[in-house]
Amino acid sequence: MSAVAGATLRRDASQAAQAGQPLLEVRNLKMHFTMTKGILSRGTAAKIKAVDDVSFTIARGETLGLVGESGCGKTTTGRCILHLEKLTSGEIIFEGQNLTKLGRKALNEKRERMQVIFQDPFSSLNPRMKVGDIIGEPMKVHGIYPKQKERDERVAELLLVCGLNPKFMDRYPHEMSGGQRQRVGIARALALNPQFIVCDEAVSALDVSIQAQVINLLESLREQFHLSYLFIAHDLSVVHHLCHRVAVMYLGRLVELADSDELFSNPLHPYTQALLAAVPIPDPDVERQRAHRVMKGEIPSPINPPSGCVFHPRCPLAVGSCQHEVPQLRELKPGHWVSCPRV
Amino acid sequence: MSVLLQIEDLRTQFYTSAGTVRAVDGISYTVNEGETVGIVGESGCGKSVGALSILRLIPDPPGRIASGSIRFAGTNLLTLNDAEIRKVRGGQIAMVFQEPMTSLNPVLTIGLQLCETMELHLKMTPEQARSRATELLGMVGISEPERRLQQYPHHLSGGMRQRVMIALALSCKPKLIIADEPTTALDVTIQAQILELMKDLTRRLGVALIIITHNLGVVARYSDRVYVMYAGKIVEGGNASDIYHRPVHPYTLGLLRSVPRMDRPRGDRLIPIDGQPPDLTREIEGCAYRPRCSFAVARCEKEVPPLESAGGGHTSACFEKARLERLLKEAS
Repeated sequence: MSAVAGATLRRDASQAAQAGQPLLEVRNLKMHFTMTKGILSRGTAAKIKAVDDVSFTIARGETLGLVGESGCGKTTTGRCILHLEKLTSGEIIFEGQNLTKLGRKALNEKRERMQVIFQDPFSSLNPRMKVGDIIGEPMKVHGIYPKQKERDERVAELLLVCGLNPKFMDRYPHEMSGGQRQRVGIARALALNPQFIVCDEAVSALDVSIQAQVINLLESLREQFHLSYLFIAHDLSVVHHLCHRVAVMYLGRLVELADSDELFSNPLHPYTQALLAAVPIPDPDVERQRAHRVMKGEIPSPINPPSGCVFHPRCPLAVGSCQHEVPQLRELKPGHWVSCPRV
Repeated sequence: MSVLLQIEDLRTQFYTSAGTVRAVDGISYTVNEGETVGIVGESGCGKSVGALSILRLIPDPPGRIASGSIRFAGTNLLTLNDAEIRKVRGGQIAMVFQEPMTSLNPVLTIGLQLCETMELHLKMTPEQARSRATELLGMVGISEPERRLQQYPHHLSGGMRQRVMIALALSCKPKLIIADEPTTALDVTIQAQILELMKDLTRRLGVALIIITHNLGVVARYSDRVYVMYAGKIVEGGNASDIYHRPVHPYTLGLLRSVPRMDRPRGDRLIPIDGQPPDLTREIEGCAYRPRCSFAVARCEKEVPPLESAGGGHTSACFEKARLERLLKEAS
């Protein structure tokens, strides 16, 4: 990387000094969507608790993994943090400021510091824009580098940082492969010197050999620029590799949160255990020795979730009280939180 | 174990405005009766086209099976006429596709789709077909089969639909099921349910299974033998344990090194394969993997390495397989 890029992207010392407090704190986040009965009637047919009482923190330079199956609310959590959804209730505290209390202008300023990388490198880039304009647009919007020439220099730096040739600036997304496009998406996210990036299934659409390239890029960028990631994914092997801590969600609720190695070697919640047992390991000899217990049933509809603990209909440990008592997260070991009273 | 399916030098090409795409470029492999064979590779390597070619499901135009032979239970499927191949499809060879929403007809009930197949292939009466359909749905773990027969695909979840697809595949007592990314669209716990079900049923009924996937874990868990494809060719084949522990092709080694593993402590950087797969519309000279290969020698530029034995039923299409094997042995 060029010296210029290092200078422009490096964090200043004062920010690093705040390392004590978390960069981001999510407190009791709730996001409930209402389903109306029809186009004309105003009545509410159902309430979907997409995210229900979720709390966690992310430290500076840390990657927190958020895993769960489709519909568990992991993407909605990410969107709420970025304020792309209006929260039902709860607080998002970023760099010491409560985002829910900020006005529109102040919020937009904060948004410079938090960015997102999406899953699909095909639909998340405008097909009519050149790569240079795609990466330069956030700078234009936020009034950084107003001059075209400066902006182009910065785009070239960002392309280099992301392992692409600066000549790609003049190309259109359709001229690039999936992996290259995802690198463009990453360069765009870095354009405003963010502190925090939500990676929403950022490597899921890529083939294994390309996926490894992008995973390594994300890792080296985090180290280089002291970034924090919220890494939302369903691929548990990738999450284990990339994340310092991992939070597991089920039907809108956090069921377990622990250090990555701890969670994967010693999962406590029955859902986490079933989830990990379901992931095949690329080694036939290891696989032959594993017990293939299959969790029964399917994820219930979030429109009409089970009462009490949402996992109880599929849970091997469930007892009568699980049907009406909503379990709270407890710290069973330092840093290892589980929301199940039976473990 | 006797050979059920024998594919020899199969070439399937697509004639497009951008040029001829050699999607499958001379692959040969066998599937024995009752065994599970995994075909693994990244997008565009030709694994699906290779499987679709077996049942001659390649849209023509633009595609065409240019040469080769596909021997199934003694007959060459490529020489059959349309009526004859239709009897094989869904009869002796069944297919389970990736997307259960698009592979079931949305305007027909589950029951109709199941019964139609059996009435056609097994010449069953509607009553016989209906009772067998109920039995099949029970077998694939669908509750209240009687009621489900009257439902439409949109009434069912993704996992349920894939169960129906499996019931459909099993309905005519096939000898071979080809599953093309059968669980890629499903969540991981449902994926495990479906794969365990397929393994259990095919083992019990003695049906051979070809699983086509990009997921190295799925192949490791369920396959007896594995073929690795790259750029339209098979680059390595052998029993699952050999492929994973004693790979003799640099691409296989590269794939194994680029997947993160959940059962190992974190910390190490992944070792990705540099570069990208080649553009199949262009004529590839020499080994297609050469530009990304760290073992490449001068010879790889000019000559295409043939798939040759590396001992013990293990095959590799690499000139440098002996060196690779030696280095891996030294490293372990």
